[in-house]
Amino acid sequence: MLWLPAALALAFLVLPLLALLLRTPWHTVPDLLLTEEVGRALRLSLVCATSATGICLVLGVPLAWVLARARFPGRSLVRALVTVPLVLPPVVGGVALLLLLGRRGVLGSHLDRWFGISLPFTTSAVVVAEAFVALPFLVVAVEGALRGADRRYEDAAATLGASRLTIFRRVTLPLVLPGVGAGAVLCFARALGEFGATITFAGSYPGVTRTMPLEVYLALETDPDRAVVLSLLLLAVSVAVLVGLRDRWLTGGGGP
Amino acid sequence: MRLEADLRLVRDRFRLDVRLEVGAAEVVVMLGPNGAGKSTVLSCLAGLLALDAGHVRLGDDVHDDPSAGVFVPPQARGVGVVFQDYLLFPHLTASENVAFGLRCAGRSRREARREAGGWLERMGLGDLGSARPGALSGGQAQRVALARALAPSPRLLLLDEPLAALDVGARALVRAELRRHLRDFAGCTVLVTHDPLDAMVLADRVVVVEDGRVVQTGPPAEVARAPRTAYVADLVGLNLYRGRARDGRVALDGGGELQSSGAPDGPVLLTFPPSAVSLHRSRPEGSARNAWPGRISGIEHHGVSVRVAVDARPPVLADVTTAAVAELGLEPGQQVWASVKATEVHAAPAQG
Repeated sequence: MLWLPAALALAFLVLPLLALLLRTPWHTVPDLLLTEEVGRALRLSLVCATSATGICLVLGVPLAWVLARARFPGRSLVRALVTVPLVLPPVVGGVALLLLLGRRGVLGSHLDRWFGISLPFTTSAVVVAEAFVALPFLVVAVEGALRGADRRYEDAAATLGASRLTIFRRVTLPLVLPGVGAGAVLCFARALGEFGATITFAGSYPGVTRTMPLEVYLALETDPDRAVVLSLLLLAVSVAVLVGLRDRWLTGGGGP
Repeated sequence: MRLEADLRLVRDRFRLDVRLEVGAAEVVVMLGPNGAGKSTVLSCLAGLLALDAGHVRLGDDVHDDPSAGVFVPPQARGVGVVFQDYLLFPHLTASENVAFGLRCAGRSRREARREAGGWLERMGLGDLGSARPGALSGGQAQRVALARALAPSPRLLLLDEPLAALDVGARALVRAELRRHLRDFAGCTVLVTHDPLDAMVLADRVVVVEDGRVVQTGPPAEVARAPRTAYVADLVGLNLYRGRARDGRVALDGGGELQSSGAPDGPVLLTFPPSAVSLHRSRPEGSARNAWPGRISGIEHHGVSVRVAVDARPPVLADVTTAAVAELGLEPGQQVWASVKATEVHAAPAQG
C-alpha cells in the first residue's frame, strides 16, 4: 500500500506552507511590506538574482553547448565538475569563494594589489555567490535541451552555408529556447533563495548585501511577524516562478 | 561542371564503396532498398560525413580526398540538399527559410527577402511566404525545401527521398512538378529513392545501389527492361511507357497503343507489373483487354516464376508460372499474344 506514505509525503511538503499562511498577521502585512528595510532588501534581492541569472546565461549557455556538442577528452570529468556546486553545501561554496577571491585569496590578493578591487562583502560579491550556486541549474537544463534537439537542423543550416556561430545563433538557440527559458527561471529561483554562500562570502550589510533570505533570518530573532511577512513575500515570488514553469513540469511528461 | 566521386567508407559493419559520375544538368537517381547506403552517399557528397578513402570532386574543386588530407566542410561546398523530412526551420517562416542560405551568402536582408519571394512565386507558393512550416501541407513543405536548397545557386543538388513523406494522392502531382524543376536546374543532381516509379519519372540515369555497392547503372528504361540481378528485377521490374492519353486510350511514344481506365488526358506515364500480363498462343477472347502480338525474346527463371520478355509494339515483360511455360510450350522466338486488363494499367500524369 503506497497511498499512505504518498499522502504523508504530500502533507509534509504542504503543511509548513499552510502554517505560514495561517500564522501570517494579515492586518499588519501592508505596514510591514511598505517599510524601507523590506523595500531595500527586496530590491537588492531582485537586482542580484537578475544579474546572477544574466551572468549564468552568458557563460552557461556556451558551456552547455560545449558539453552537449563538442567532443574532447575529459568531457565527463568537466560535466562532473559542473554539477559539484549542485550538491555542495552552499556555505562551503562561500568559503571556497572567499579563499579564491577574498582579499588574501588566490586570485583576490592580485585583484586587490593590481586593480584595487576587493570583492568580498560588496553587492558584487552577492551576485558572484548566487551565480556560483545557480549556474549548474542552468547548464544542466540547457544541456538537456540541446541533447534533445534534432541535430539534423544544424546539418541543414551547414549545407546552406551557415558558419558555426550563425548556426548556433539562428538555428540551435531558437530551437532550444524553451529549455533555456526553463533553465533561466530555475537559475533565478535558486539565486533568489541563496543564503549560505551569500552570508559567508558577502556578509550581511543592510542595503549592500542583505538580501531577502538574510533579512528573514535576522528578523526571526528580533521581529518574528516581520520574518513571517517576508517569508510570505518570497513564497509569492516562488509561486510566480512555478507558474512560469508550469508548461514544462506541471503538465506531466517531458521536462528535464 | 561535373561531379566525380569515389566514395569509400566503413561504419560499424557497413561498407560503402560507390563510384559515381554526374554531368551538368544530368539527373542521376540512386535507387535501392532501405539500408543500402543511399543516404550515406548523400551525406558524403554534402560534406556531413568524411570519407575513409576515395575522393569527391565537383568541377575543378576537390571536396574530399583523405589521401591528400583535403576535406571541405559543408558550408564551403555549394551543395544544396533537400532532406528526407525537409527539415524546414520550424521557428522561421517559409520566406525566411528560403532566404536563410542567401543571407549566409552575404545578401542584404532586403535583397534576400526579395529573392526568396521570387523563388516561392516560381514554386507556386507566392502567398505562403509568411506561413510557418507547421502550417504547410507536405507538398508545400517539399517545394519550400526545394526552393531553400536552390536559392543559393548550388552547383550540386542532392535530394533524399523527396517524395517519401507525401501521401499517395499528392505524390504523383508533386513528382511531375519536381521533374519540371529538376529539368530547369543547370547543375548536377543526385536524387535518392526506394520507389522505382520516382526513378523512372525523374532520372536521366539510374544507379541501383545494393548493400553499399552499385549493382547496375543505365537509362531508366534500360534498367527496367534488362535488370541485371534478381533484386533489381524485383525492384524495377515494371512495364513502363510514356505516351499521350485521350479518352482512356494512350498512344505510346515508342509505338503501339494501350487502354488505361482513368488515364487523364495529356502526357502520361503508364506502368503495370509483369505479373499483370498474361500470355496466349492465339488472340485472347474478351474486349476489355489490351492484347497485342509479339515474339518471345528471352526467358529467365526467377524462383517460382518465369519472366518472359516479349518483343512487340510495345515490348513487354510477363511473369508467368513454370506450369504455364510448360503448358504453352513457351520458348524464345515463338509468336505469342500478350494481354493486360485496362484496369491494371496505372497511369500517372507526366509533364514535359
